[in-house]
Amino acid sequence: MSKERKMTITLPREELMSSGHLACQGCGATLAMRYALKALGQKTILCIPACCWSVIDGPFPHSSLDVPIYHCAFETAASSASGVRAGLDMVGDKETTVMAWAGDGGTFDIGIQALSGAAERNEDFIYACYDNEAYMNTGIQRSSATPIGAWTTTTPVKHYKKERKKDIIGIMAAHDIPYIATASIAYPEDMVKKFKKAKDIHGTRFIHIYAPCPTGWKSRPDDTVKLARLAVQTGYFPLYEVENGEKWTLNLKIKERKPITEYLKLQGRFRHLKQDEIDLIQAEVDNNYQKILKKCGL
Amino acid sequence: MKKVIMGNHALSYGAMLSRAQVIAAYPITPQTQVVELLSEMCANGTLDAKFIKVESEHSAMAACLGASMAGARTFTATSAQGLALMHEMLHWASGGRMPVVMGDINRAMAPGWSIWTDQIDSLSQRDTGWIQFYCSSNQEVLDTVIQAYKVSEKLMIPSMVILDAFALSHTYEVVEIPEQEKVDAYLPPFNPPYRLTPADPHAFGGLTSPDHYMELRYKLQKDMEKVPALVEETGREYEKMFGRYLGQVDDYLCDGAELVFVTSGTAGLTARVVVDELRAQGVKAGNLRIKLFRPFPFEQVRSILSRVPKVAVLDRNISYGHHGVFYQEVKSAMYGLPSEPAIFGFIAGLGGRDITRETYKEIADYALKHDRPEEEIVWIGVKK
Ligand SMILES: Cc1ncc(C[n+]2csc(CCOP(=O)(O)OP(=O)(O)O)c2C)c(N)n1
Ligand SMILES: [Mg+2]
Repeated sequence: MSKERKMTITLPREELMSSGHLACQGCGATLAMRYALKALGQKTILCIPACCWSVIDGPFPHSSLDVPIYHCAFETAASSASGVRAGLDMVGDKETTVMAWAGDGGTFDIGIQALSGAAERNEDFIYACYDNEAYMNTGIQRSSATPIGAWTTTTPVKHYKKERKKDIIGIMAAHDIPYIATASIAYPEDMVKKFKKAKDIHGTRFIHIYAPCPTGWKSRPDDTVKLARLAVQTGYFPLYEVENGEKWTLNLKIKERKPITEYLKLQGRFRHLKQDEIDLIQAEVDNNYQKILKKCGL
Repeated sequence: MKKVIMGNHALSYGAMLSRAQVIAAYPITPQTQVVELLSEMCANGTLDAKFIKVESEHSAMAACLGASMAGARTFTATSAQGLALMHEMLHWASGGRMPVVMGDINRAMAPGWSIWTDQIDSLSQRDTGWIQFYCSSNQEVLDTVIQAYKVSEKLMIPSMVILDAFALSHTYEVVEIPEQEKVDAYLPPFNPPYRLTPADPHAFGGLTSPDHYMELRYKLQKDMEKVPALVEETGREYEKMFGRYLGQVDDYLCDGAELVFVTSGTAGLTARVVVDELRAQGVKAGNLRIKLFRPFPFEQVRSILSRVPKVAVLDRNISYGHHGVFYQEVKSAMYGLPSEPAIFGFIAGLGGRDITRETYKEIADYALKHDRPEEEIVWIGVKK
């Protein structure tokens, strides 16, 4: 018996999400929630605006999560969370963690005013954005988080997205909030560590989670984790933290970045791209990665 | 204690005495003094509340709702453009059964920019499931805020306490400020049956299938229908404790009248002066001021107006392509009654144009001269 090799499980064992949720196969956003709640524990209240997660949780009167959820309006994740925090404080609950949990559309686009307002006031909650790079709930329309080159139903192949993805971390860092991190469902230990760290900090904490969506990206459900890993390994989505808007730390140094085509070719949404377009995207990725290295003092 | 205060400060005192715990608001003329005084009160400790200085009215209401869901008593105030920006969240408040109390200063909608009073901002929100009180004095504003919390929290339906821009918001009047202890005895702390707490986790407002949605709305309507009786009950209780009755409507000499002006807000006070003048000339006039507009006080309006041959409804608003809103509502309340009066609809005072004694005299002239209204809408004082 003693010779049996045992894998050590580094993630908390507590499960606050049950399997009876309504997500598609291979949904990255679902893994993201599972890991985030493992880190935060049961004393957490979620504010979830319109997004896939307002469906994934399950229809009234059911819920697949063992924490209270306030399903709020699309653009109000940050303003609702501000209110919940204030309300809890006034009724004497200073312990519970409040987390706004929104998609990229609810964060980069329609909710950015409320988010910027809350960050400027340094409201005391965690804002987690799971980024699947489009409005998936409504059927794969482009958001300002959709990457350059991608197909969506509102950026058809002939008019694929020509604009760059909005630099949400740059925007949030400009608010000088105490904690910002990127996280990926392919790196659960790193993600859990970041949520735990965020939990113990006061003020506005922003975590940007990379969450592949097989339905919207036209990728294989069993490639979800692989894609998330490739996004990090290509330098497309580096894992890093920004503290107080000034201390940038790269969490995972990639010695040899993989070419972006390895990442692109697994997704139908990039299938139309020609070599010269892929070269341009590679140059974009290189440029962005260098910028982040520089900010991290590397 | 008596104080000379503006209507806006009557709202602030009402919120303070009600011990609002979370306030989230955004400034707009003519509401600003409401929140200025409240932030002062929060800063100097007169009021133990969190004031969230949000970046918009949409966020103001969203934050109030979050706080309400967490079990806190919440207050906000706005006007016109701000109320319109909140629209989505107004449905959220009533649909989610969150008893927020909000002050709205009735102001005309842009364009062109107008900061002056009319009622279209709040009347455009009549179908959002909020209780609406239209006030006509600063005392009534303060008292109604306190009563509104009592009614709202009992039924878990939000309330709007409404006052005219400038005519009330910026007008100073003597107001009796009730003692805190007595208000505490009248209004117990907010203790909702459900709230956001990890001790009893629920998901609120999630995806609701056609199997359930309709029942939730049916229940909201059924509870709305309980409001008039509850306003009556809490208004009498208020009278017992504070000496001022707070009702659904205000009847001035309607009994036995041949012509009744139906009004709302401050315009009603001018009507009374004209009622007295007409009576001195031998015309038996009266005034019915509608204070509770949502839910509509069917019973009281019917019982008072079915004894009157002619009713002149004054609207400081218009529903484009139809009539003035109060005119629509009074007609629909009276429709088909055996003693349905002749009901006339008048529009006056849009965008803050003064409603004067002359306005009512013109209205009285028209109504007395005609058996039935000859026009869908009679405009008073418009340069055609
Ligand atoms: C005010 C408003 N506008 C539009 C919608 C419709 N809507 C619901 S979810 C959604 C897209 C959400 O996208 P995202 O935030 O990226 O989350 P995802 O669905 O991708 O998880 C849209 C447009 C809405 N609910 N409210
Ligand atoms: Mg999305």
